[in-house]
Amino acid sequence: MTEQRIVAVAAGLSTPSSTRLLADRLSGAVGTALREAGDTAAVETVELREHARALGEAMAAGFPTGELKRAVDAVAGADGLIAVTPVFNASYSGLFKSFFDLVDADDLHGTPVLIGATGGSPRHSLVLEHAMRPMFAYLRATVAPTAVYAASEDWGGGGDVHAPLTDRVSRAGGELAALVSGRPKRERPDPYEEPVPFERLLRGE
Amino acid sequence: MQFGIFSVGDVTPDPTTGRTPTEGERIRAVMRIAEKAEEVGLDVFATGEHHNPPFVPSSPTTMLGYLAGRTERLVMSTATTLITTNDPVKIAEDFAMLQHLAGGRADLMLGRGNTGPVYPWFGQDIRQGIPLAVENYALLHRLWREDVVDWEGRFRTPLQGFTSTPRPLDGVPPFVWHGSIRSPEIAEQAAYYGDGFFANNIFWPKEHFQRLIGLYRRRYEHYGHGRADQAIVGLGGQVFMRRNSQDAVREFRPYFDNAPVYGGGPSLEDFSRETPLTVGSPEQVIERTLEFREYFGDYQRQLFLVDHAGLPLKTVLEQLDLLGEEVVPVLRREFAARRPAGVPDGPPGHEERRRALAKDGAGDATGKDTDGADKEGAK
Repeated sequence: MTEQRIVAVAAGLSTPSSTRLLADRLSGAVGTALREAGDTAAVETVELREHARALGEAMAAGFPTGELKRAVDAVAGADGLIAVTPVFNASYSGLFKSFFDLVDADDLHGTPVLIGATGGSPRHSLVLEHAMRPMFAYLRATVAPTAVYAASEDWGGGGDVHAPLTDRVSRAGGELAALVSGRPKRERPDPYEEPVPFERLLRGE
Repeated sequence: MQFGIFSVGDVTPDPTTGRTPTEGERIRAVMRIAEKAEEVGLDVFATGEHHNPPFVPSSPTTMLGYLAGRTERLVMSTATTLITTNDPVKIAEDFAMLQHLAGGRADLMLGRGNTGPVYPWFGQDIRQGIPLAVENYALLHRLWREDVVDWEGRFRTPLQGFTSTPRPLDGVPPFVWHGSIRSPEIAEQAAYYGDGFFANNIFWPKEHFQRLIGLYRRRYEHYGHGRADQAIVGLGGQVFMRRNSQDAVREFRPYFDNAPVYGGGPSLEDFSRETPLTVGSPEQVIERTLEFREYFGDYQRQLFLVDHAGLPLKTVLEQLDLLGEEVVPVLRREFAARRPAGVPDGPPGHEERRRALAKDGAGDATGKDTDGADKEGAK
């Protein structure tokens, strides 16, 4: 039995927000699936609104500090990531992107990621495919096949009758859990602990 | 231990008056500031190298050569000399010449620079930053140590039977620091050669630099240059002082809020908490600087940034008076009292390295011998 560290990032702005609600539903589904597979899940949720000011300062200063730094480190060290954003002007929110801009390009290499988005209209659902998935592809994360979009009607039962939100959440949670369980724990060499020996640098390696 | 100042050479409007100095005014102000550094008893002046407005110091050895002629004890240095985009042959020549003119009071700090567009201006590719730093320095290192060099690499035309002139003063290559704020490869490079490592810690939190300097120290020992605590470390700092700390904060805030590198980001208070920026009384600067030792170990050179962000010359000269009269004498005493035996009290000076070289015969002057050291400007 392995404890899997799952971090959920929610970029919703209101309280309560449907984005946070979707992130919680996804976390719950991942936790259930992990337990069924014999693992345990330690879930941490990062609400980006709490870091809004720090994100602006980190952009100007060039480094994150304090709780924001801790959140970035948690994402970089997660065994599995859940990332949920509201759709603003046909893409992820600026707050969401600002946070992931602080994540080093190598930090999510191979990390299983479950992506989700919320919006007022189902017509924005492809944001998951044309904005979210490419960004995580760039970061070389492993994105679960099912991405979950929740429009207003999904919460009230008037949404997709063929694939209701609860079904999609549970399918996506199962996919992420399978990716996390099936993956050996990452051993990432720390360049400050184990530098490339200078003889290799001299040879141009 | 050496104390000094490093200058970026920015031409920035004074936000309190709206006035921007001319380039000529700024260049003369930087020279005056450097001379003042010697007058108040500091040891080192280091200039940056920039090739774009609003910065003036594109030609560091010209500035330092002038200063060498106007000073007697001050060590001329750089922060940094671009090892990526300068031809290492020209660096070898320029700094050997400076060394002769300054009577050995010259060293240099190599860095990759922080300005991406500079690479293509000099025919280089930023994606090759680290390989350029590695290869160019490997050549520079040989040009100062071998009278005749045959050489072939990836980044410049081959050399056949080339002799860089003038040869270094007394056959002693200028002491080299490698400056980095981020790259473990550069800490590794400094450790490999037994050179100094300068961590310009002024913009980032200390935890990062503890790892970077820790790496340099461990690898310095690994490569056999001495114990980790004997590695040659330099640190940055930035200060603004008035006798009364509230006055310092009130006077400096408009400069902080409007400076291109600080404005729009964290508040003066937050930035002061997360980085070494100290705006306050001389006592606060002393206390803060002594903390560096706790974080990074005993170190050999402390450079302060005092002339930037549009501060008027008169104000900067007042800062130097405070540094020279109230801060540095206390820091010298306190650092000396805390430094364990066997840990060098400064980077090896010219005379010390000359003697080490003579003792080793044809050996390399890496300055491992630190006992009974003569350090230019450090006494």
